[in-house]
Amino acid sequence: MSILPKDHAEASEVFNKDEGYVNWHDETLWFVRQKRDKSSKNIPEWEALREAGSQIKHYVLSHLDRLLVEFERNAKENGVIVHWAKDASEHNRIVLDILKKHQVQQMVKSKSMLTEECHMNEFLAQNGIDVIDTDLGERIVQLRQEPPSHIVLPAIHLKKKDIGDLFHEHLGTDAGATDPQYLTEAARQHLRDKFLTRRAALTGVNFAVAETGGFVVATNEGNADMGAHLADVHIACMGFEKIIPKQEHLGVFLRLLARSATGQPITTYSSHFKKPREGQEMHVVILDNGRSTQLGREDFRNSLKCIRCGACMNTCPVYRRSGGHSYHNAVAGPIGSILAPNLDMTKNADLPFASTLCGSCSNVCPVKIDIHDQLYKWRQVLAKNGHVPKGKQMGIKAMSVVLSQPRFYQWSGRLGRAVMRSVPFVVNNAMNPWYKQREMPEPPKESFRDWYVRNREN
Amino acid sequence: MKSISELKVGLFIPCYVDQFYPQVGVATLELLEKLGCKVLFPTNQTCCGQPMANSGFENMTGACNQLFYDCFAGCDYVVSPSGSCVLHLKEHMKVEGREAASKVLRTKVYELVEFITDVLKITEIKSSFPHKVGLHQGCHGQRGLHLAQMSELNAPAYSKPVDLLSKVQGLELVELDRKDECCGFGGTFCVSEEAISVKMGKDRVSDHQRNGAAYITGSDMSCLMHLEGILKRGGSKVEVIHIAQILNGSHIEIPTPQGEPV
Repeated sequence: MSILPKDHAEASEVFNKDEGYVNWHDETLWFVRQKRDKSSKNIPEWEALREAGSQIKHYVLSHLDRLLVEFERNAKENGVIVHWAKDASEHNRIVLDILKKHQVQQMVKSKSMLTEECHMNEFLAQNGIDVIDTDLGERIVQLRQEPPSHIVLPAIHLKKKDIGDLFHEHLGTDAGATDPQYLTEAARQHLRDKFLTRRAALTGVNFAVAETGGFVVATNEGNADMGAHLADVHIACMGFEKIIPKQEHLGVFLRLLARSATGQPITTYSSHFKKPREGQEMHVVILDNGRSTQLGREDFRNSLKCIRCGACMNTCPVYRRSGGHSYHNAVAGPIGSILAPNLDMTKNADLPFASTLCGSCSNVCPVKIDIHDQLYKWRQVLAKNGHVPKGKQMGIKAMSVVLSQPRFYQWSGRLGRAVMRSVPFVVNNAMNPWYKQREMPEPPKESFRDWYVRNREN
Repeated sequence: MKSISELKVGLFIPCYVDQFYPQVGVATLELLEKLGCKVLFPTNQTCCGQPMANSGFENMTGACNQLFYDCFAGCDYVVSPSGSCVLHLKEHMKVEGREAASKVLRTKVYELVEFITDVLKITEIKSSFPHKVGLHQGCHGQRGLHLAQMSELNAPAYSKPVDLLSKVQGLELVELDRKDECCGFGGTFCVSEEAISVKMGKDRVSDHQRNGAAYITGSDMSCLMHLEGILKRGGSKVEVIHIAQILNGSHIEIPTPQGEPV
């Protein structure tokens, strides 16, 4: 990983050093948000669809035990081999064992945020397995040896020139070339060879249907199909919350997913997998990795409704101006900020604070996750468990002491304003983060209360 | 049903408005009085508690909650010129041992604009403000208190502040490119995430400037304080003005007191 561990605020400050770049990043993602708006407003039943999606997922989260077993039974009947993994390392081990059994050293992989969450590529590389990401954006960030910055648009932080330079270095394209069609064609040729020669393919899972034992993978590039259909071994990895009860529920989720993600009515490919073709082996790995814990947290269980559309990232005014890497987690943005503390409270304590709680995320969410309320609730949990920096805690404590006593508050206010008027440099200096790029408010001689007492209480 | 003049309307002036924007408090008070309300301002009030709670320390808001309760429990309504503080009170204000009464009090708290349009049922306030004005719709007022429809939803458009502002003589509302994007204030976020907070504020400000606003108004002074800081640093001539000041007729100058207050 080339990304140094920094907290969100520090990473954002670095990201904001180039304002022109931030403007570009913000506009690019805002464009996607607008496409989503347009597309969602084209269907009158949009809000009803969101409600249906939310309710189906609600049902799923309260019947997971039954639905997962039902899925396993049906999948097995279809000839699929089902594995259960309690955490990331068990998941990675299962994948490695399958590959070893088949003496496979090279594998193609379509987009799977789950394998990012498990840091599977690194693990497999350490064990001598060469994994090629076949989603174009994923392949780009893989060549750059960095994680994706967005769950749907992995390389959205890069400009055409960055891709041109990268492909020139790795794929031998012409120096300085930035034409998207030319670059994409080069990637196609490069990947085509991998598809034809790899014997194993790994895909993610967008929806796993309990009643059929089948699963659906949504892509725009067809790379999941290409990989899975050409390989002798197809491994599909899913978090256990990807279950939906019935096939007919796909009619709700597939309509919600692409519109929310990119504004498309549907993804170019919605690939339904059910059973291995003759001579092929098909595996499904079902992962927990903290999901049971999250399910047990009443305030946060709804985060497991997420269908990974990325709409909350595109709309988030913070994400658009800080970039996905500032979240130092496989899933970035608002949804990442409520999922990550469950995985590691210490490491991700900064993320629930990387928000103004503006609430836009909760209202674009196709399954109506109360994201901004959960951010607020995570802050309480983090503070209670001692994950807020001591200095900040002391400052908040001091503030609460002042605000708890009206006379002390009035006196402090009067003193503070007098100081600001007579010796402004006491607050107008480099130590004051407000003052760095903003003027302080003009301190009036009288507070409202003083005015009121003088004018209205005689 | 009591008439407006019989109602006890408590005025809650948030701490930062009290300290830095007394003219907004005065405009709110005068406006409510002009609209026929009997307004009480309990002088023991301090803060809604949101700065602590949004930082993760809701457990440190007990005293603020108690003060708020003691000040306002006897009122028919509590009105405040800040959507964010109102939303916090509506969602979190609770005094231990008085849970039921706290719940009742929470339902009586209103942001100024919604109090005017929804409780007083007033749709037009005679005032004049012959300027080009951009409306900054604070997120908590909009998405939390539903002062206006949010752009995220596929639902009919409405805006309570626009309803009032559009009837102000001479006032021309400018169209913004992004009509409901957050300004980046966010309470302690404005200092803990300084870089992003400022960038968000700059982007909001330039949207208003680009579209020709001479004033930026809103019903949340905290957003406006943040935007004002950015405008002033940038040497802009654009000013911020709270919606209460526009509706109250004009910019109000606070009479300068003789000597320091005691």
